Amino acid sequence: MNEEIKRYTIITSMDNEAGVLSQLAHLFSRRGHNIETIAAGWTTDHKIMRFTIEIYTDEAKVKLLCNQLRKLVPIHSVEILDPQKSIRRELMLVKVRAADKATRNEIIQIGNIFRGSVVDITNESLTLLVTGDDQKNAAFETLLKEFGIIELARTGIVAMERDGL
Amino acid sequence: MRLNGSDILINCLLEQDVNTVFGYPGGAILNVYDALYKRSDEIRHILTAHEQGASHAADGYARSTGKVGVCLATSGPGATNLTTGIATAYMDSSPVVFITCNVNSNLIGRDSFQEVDIVGCTLPVTKCNYVVHDVNNLADTIREAFAVAKSGRPGPVLIDIQKNVTAAETEYEFKNVSEHFNFGKLAKLRERNHPSIYSPEPDLNSIDELVRMLEESERPLLICGGGVVRARADREFRELASKLDSPVAITVMGGGAFPGNSDLKTGMIGMHGSQASNMACDACDLLVAVGCRFSDRVTLNPDSFASQAKIVQIDIDASEIDKNIKSDLHIIGDAKKILKLLLERIKFKKDNTLWKNYVFSFKVETEYDDPEDGQFTPKEILSAAADVLPKRTIVTTDVGQHQMWAIQHFKFSYPGQLITSGGFGTMGFGLGAAIGAQIGNPDRTVLHVTGDGSFRMNCNELATEQYYKLPIITLVFNNSCLGMVRQWQHLIYHERYSQTTLDRGPDFAKLAEAYGLHGRKVTDAEELRKILKQTKNTRSDGKGWVIDCQINIDEMVRPMVGGNSHIANFMID
Repeated sequence: MNEEIKRYTIITSMDNEAGVLSQLAHLFSRRGHNIETIAAGWTTDHKIMRFTIEIYTDEAKVKLLCNQLRKLVPIHSVEILDPQKSIRRELMLVKVRAADKATRNEIIQIGNIFRGSVVDITNESLTLLVTGDDQKNAAFETLLKEFGIIELARTGIVAMERDGL
Repeated sequence: MRLNGSDILINCLLEQDVNTVFGYPGGAILNVYDALYKRSDEIRHILTAHEQGASHAADGYARSTGKVGVCLATSGPGATNLTTGIATAYMDSSPVVFITCNVNSNLIGRDSFQEVDIVGCTLPVTKCNYVVHDVNNLADTIREAFAVAKSGRPGPVLIDIQKNVTAAETEYEFKNVSEHFNFGKLAKLRERNHPSIYSPEPDLNSIDELVRMLEESERPLLICGGGVVRARADREFRELASKLDSPVAITVMGGGAFPGNSDLKTGMIGMHGSQASNMACDACDLLVAVGCRFSDRVTLNPDSFASQAKIVQIDIDASEIDKNIKSDLHIIGDAKKILKLLLERIKFKKDNTLWKNYVFSFKVETEYDDPEDGQFTPKEILSAAADVLPKRTIVTTDVGQHQMWAIQHFKFSYPGQLITSGGFGTMGFGLGAAIGAQIGNPDRTVLHVTGDGSFRMNCNELATEQYYKLPIITLVFNNSCLGMVRQWQHLIYHERYSQTTLDRGPDFAKLAEAYGLHGRKVTDAEELRKILKQTKNTRSDGKGWVIDCQINIDEMVRPMVGGNSHIANFMID
């Protein structure tokens, strides 16, 4: 079994009931995993919540974890996404210092390259919204750092498998 | 018909054919006890001295009868007192439904008197747990809880019912257990073959592969684990061992599932495994583990475990496969079903005389601890009990040296005969478990083997034993110390006996008398035999016995392999 530590994306759907998130999160911590990102929302059926969870671990441990997840009574399904065959996106809001025209223009240009949009503007700051995978968003964050990031928020990755070619 | 939540609860217990519950009342659960009062001719409630005792009793009842145990407690401390018992049942896959009541829903979350989030507390030690805040969900939740507790890999389940739900009314209709799967969430769980209630059909290709491996193997070893006990697959397992002519090692949880007097039995395996078991494990070319999760107490160092062998794991729980030991082949499913399929396909009969000669050239566990002159040894005590008491005596144990001795020297012959806390190692488990076992098996003799440390923890349950006239025989292995920990201090900590000397009261024989039971202190085997014979005559008076056996403080459990060591590397043999 491959013991290389990698980032794994786990998709699980659960009954939409009080306490399911704590059951889910508890299992990860109990088995020694740190959740990197977690995002949740309804599916077409409001009674079912879909979670996208990412962790760093090895192949054997992620398989074991999935088998343990499947035992939780509110769980409907658990799958590990193949990163080659899946779409992974998160939404990020960045409020960045921009007190003069030149800075504002430069930031807006960077934003355009990343297909971001300006969602708020004041004399002191700009707030941009971008969507992308963790690498794209990290690059965007790095570029904005020199202007001074005031606040940053990300939703965590949501992911879905692409249809087969 | 229209009923309140408490009456619905009682009716749902009756649907499950529950006629005995263990528990302790309190403020939040008053309505349920009121309903129980009215139905006391249908459900017998056993009142223990402490909720922990009730939790172990329900567990002991479940393990000894194969039925689901039921335990009730109130909110707050009543509920938290159950947690050790719940964790004990969880680690040993014992089906128990715990029912607690919480404060009224308008008081939830306000740190009200005796309020605790027991569902949060017990999340990691239950197979599933439920909060009921709507009486309309009560019956379905109870039905689901029972199904989850007993199906697939069994385990404890907790239902926390808010007090107002126990008074609120709704329509209730009696449903047979067989119909339960057609309704509510249970129907949906079944639709998606959820592992909590469903054991997968064994993969026939893997079974054929195992048949080939067994035919080729020249040095097989079978491990009989707790799954054989839970599946009551002892007959199939025995037949397999005899067809394969294979030595059989037994885990602590597997005790009872393979006959103690079989000449294929090598005994316990692991930390206190016999030389025969551990050497066989080290030298075998094929190791087939049935219902065994390869706990660290069995495998010790997982990297060198059975290093010459192909490892085959048979387990009902997919999440046990490759968890602790990497297997070469696995079959997921019910042990009884898999063993039956396997037996149908094995057309050969093996003769492994050479291999057996090798394995049994090492000591099996009954060959240890022969009494030296004048010493009153654990082996003598257990031999006396095994000789004098009926063959089908149920043995419950606490945790420590006495537990290992009991498993080594008492010859168990059927699943459910040995009731011990193997996974969680709960000191104080034994007496509660003995009470549950005796209530569930009124005609059997129940022997409770304990040590002075363990017994002191929950001996308050002697009051329960006395009140319900349970003729339990408690054998205290009294070495005036916390023997197992002291043994480690002796071997590993250079005899620095930190806080393990228990040179203190009470006089257990007098304590028993204070509770209205028979109590004796004994110092030699002859006397012990006499007293054990006497216990037969006093069964009818319903008075239990506490027999305080005074043994040497330096007695050790032999052999022993250190934690994480190679399995054949004995620290003491």
